[in-house]
Amino acid sequence: MTGAFYLAALVAAVSTGLVITSLNAVHALLYLIVSFLAVAVVFFIFGAPFVAMLEIIIYAGAIMVLFVFVVMMLNLGRRAIEQEAGWLRSRIWIGPSILSATLLGELLYLFGSGILSQAGGITVQAPKQVGVVLLGPYLIGVELASMLLLPGLVGAYHLGRHLNSEDA
Amino acid sequence: MLKLLKGIWLVFLHAFTRPVTVQYPEEKPYLPPRWRGRIILSRDPDGEERCVGCYLCSVACPVGCIALQATEDEHGRRYPAWFRINFSRCIFCGYCEEACPTYAIQLTTDFELSEHDRRNLVYEKEHLLISGTGKYPGYNFYRVSGLRIGGKDKGEAEHEAAPTDLRSLMP
Amino acid sequence: MNETASTLLIIAGVLVTLLTLSALLIWLERRLLGFWQERYGPNRVGPFGLLQVVADMIKIFMKEDWVPPFADKAVFVIAPAVIIVTILMSFAVVPFTPSIVVADLNVGLLFFLAMSSLSAYSVVLAGWASNNKYSLLGGLRASAQMLSYEVFMGLSLMGVVMLAGSFSLRDIVAAQQGVWFCIPQVLGFIIFLIAGLAETKRVPFDIPEAEAELVAGFHTEYSGMKFGMFFVGEYLGIILISAMITVLFFGGWQGPWLPPVVWFSIKTFLFICLFILLRAALPRLRFDQLMTFGWKVMLPLALVNLTVTGALVLVGHPPE
Repeated sequence: MTGAFYLAALVAAVSTGLVITSLNAVHALLYLIVSFLAVAVVFFIFGAPFVAMLEIIIYAGAIMVLFVFVVMMLNLGRRAIEQEAGWLRSRIWIGPSILSATLLGELLYLFGSGILSQAGGITVQAPKQVGVVLLGPYLIGVELASMLLLPGLVGAYHLGRHLNSEDA
Repeated sequence: MLKLLKGIWLVFLHAFTRPVTVQYPEEKPYLPPRWRGRIILSRDPDGEERCVGCYLCSVACPVGCIALQATEDEHGRRYPAWFRINFSRCIFCGYCEEACPTYAIQLTTDFELSEHDRRNLVYEKEHLLISGTGKYPGYNFYRVSGLRIGGKDKGEAEHEAAPTDLRSLMP
Repeated sequence: MNETASTLLIIAGVLVTLLTLSALLIWLERRLLGFWQERYGPNRVGPFGLLQVVADMIKIFMKEDWVPPFADKAVFVIAPAVIIVTILMSFAVVPFTPSIVVADLNVGLLFFLAMSSLSAYSVVLAGWASNNKYSLLGGLRASAQMLSYEVFMGLSLMGVVMLAGSFSLRDIVAAQQGVWFCIPQVLGFIIFLIAGLAETKRVPFDIPEAEAELVAGFHTEYSGMKFGMFFVGEYLGIILISAMITVLFFGGWQGPWLPPVVWFSIKTFLFICLFILLRAALPRLRFDQLMTFGWKVMLPLALVNLTVTGALVLVGHPPE
C-alpha cells in the first residue's frame, strides 16, 4: 500500500513538473491529466474512493476534455512553442521557485518534527458517508455552491441566447 | 419517435425474408440469349470462316479494341490474316455484331473473363474462332452473294438469277 | 495466495473471452446487417463464414503500420491504446456472475463512468495528433458529443443507484431480485441506451467518423493494427454498454433454471443485437440535431426521472 502511494505520488509530482516545462500545450494538458489520475490513485489508497472517482469523472474526464478541445481549436503552431521556450528562462522561474522551495522546506520541517505522524489508520469512506456529511453538517456549503452554480448556468444560457438572436 | 420505432421494427422483420443474393459461383444467374458477352468469330455451315475482312466491326467499335488484316486466298475469297480483340478495352456494346454483314462476329453469353495478366486478355484469331455457326445456323454469305469464288460462278447463288447475257438479243 | 491465483485466472479468462468476442462481433455484425438487408454477409471463409475473423486479423496484421510524418508521433501512438485500456478497465467492475467479478468496488458504477469519460480522450487525441483537418473535425465532434452525453448518462443511472442504495454493481444486481429495474426505471433505461449509443459512437450518433463528410473522421490517418485497435475498441464498447444495460436494468445474472453466466450472456447478446439492428435501421443525425437532442430533450428527461425517483424513494422509505 505504501509502495503504491509513493509510486502514485512520484508520478503525480513528475507529471506536474512536466506540465510546467512542456513546450507543447496539448502535451502539457496530457501530463496534467496523468497528474490528476495519479492524485485519484492517492485518494483511492487513503480510503476515499468516492473522491477519487469524482476526480477522474469531473477533472480528468470533463474539464480537461474542454481544455484540450479549446487548445485544439486554437491550433497552436511553431510560434507558440518558441514563445513557451522563451518563458522558461531562469529569471522567470527563479522567483516562484524560491517561494515554493520555502514552502517545501516548511513542509519537510513539519514532517521531521513529528506533528503529522499522529494520523490514525485508514478508514474507507463509502459514498453514503460522504453524502450524509455533505447534506448534514456541511449543508450550507452545498447550498452556497449551488447558488454560485445557478447564476453561472443562467449566465451561460444568456450568452448563448444572445449570440443566437444576433445571428437571426 | 413512433415512426422511428416502426422503421426499426420493419428492418427487424427483414431478418425473416429470403436474401435476394444470387450465390454466384455455385448458383449461375439466368442469362438471356441475346446477352452481350465474350466475342467470337463463327464459321459458315461448310466450316469455312465467315469473316470477309471488311473492317466494318473495327470501324464501328467505339473503343477501338478490334484490329484485323484482310487477305485473299487463290480463289479470291477474302478472310482475315489475323484478327485481334483486346478484351481489356472492350465494352461489350455489340456494335461490331450489328455492323457485321456476314454474321461472322457474334457476342456470346460468356462473361467470365478474368486473367492475372492483362496481356492475356488480348485474344488472337485462334482464340476467337469457333468451329460452329453461332446464332445463325444455316447462313452462308458466299452462297447468297453474287461474288464469284472458287467452285461457284456468277448466277449460281441462292435466289440469284443468271447474269444477263449482253451478247444475246432475247429478253 | 489461492485467492490471488483465482483473481488472476478470472482476469485472464475475462480478457481472453472479451477479445475473442469483440473479434467475433465483427463477423456477427456483418452477418446480421446482411440478414436485415436481405443479403448473406460474409459466408465464404469457413463454416458460416466464421473464419472471416481470422482472415481479417491476418489482413490487418499484414498491413503497413504507418505513422504520417506530419503527425504528433507520441500522441498518435498512445490514442488507440487509450480506448482499449479504458474499456477493458471498465470490465473490471462488471459482475458477470455472483463469483466472477474482477474487482467489486463500492464505487463500481462511478468507476465505469470515470473510465467512459476517459475514453473520450482516445478519439480527441487521435483527431488532434493526426494533424489532418478531417480528423480534427472528427475529434472536435467526438469531444463535444461525449462531453454532453456523459452528463445525462450519469444522471440517468442515479435513479438506479437510489433504488439499489449502492454504487456497487453487485449490490445493484442483488437489489433486482424481485423486479428488474427496467420497469421502475424505464425512462432511465431509455436514456441510458441512447447515451450508451452515443458513447460508443454507433450509428445514429457516429458523426465523429461520419464517412460521408469526414472520410473516416478521427481515424482517417490510422492503418494496420492501430486502426484495428479502434475497431476492436468500438466492439468492446458495444459489449460493455450491453453488459452494463444488463447489469443495471435487466437483473444481471438473475433468471430461472439456467446458470447465472448463461443468463448474463443471453441478455448481453440480445442488447448487442439491438445495437446492430439500430445500425441497420437508423440514419445518422446531424451535429446540431445531436446537440439539441442531448441538451434540450435528454437532459431534462434525465432530471425529471431523477426527481420523480427520488421523491418516490423518499415516500417509500422515509429517512429515520
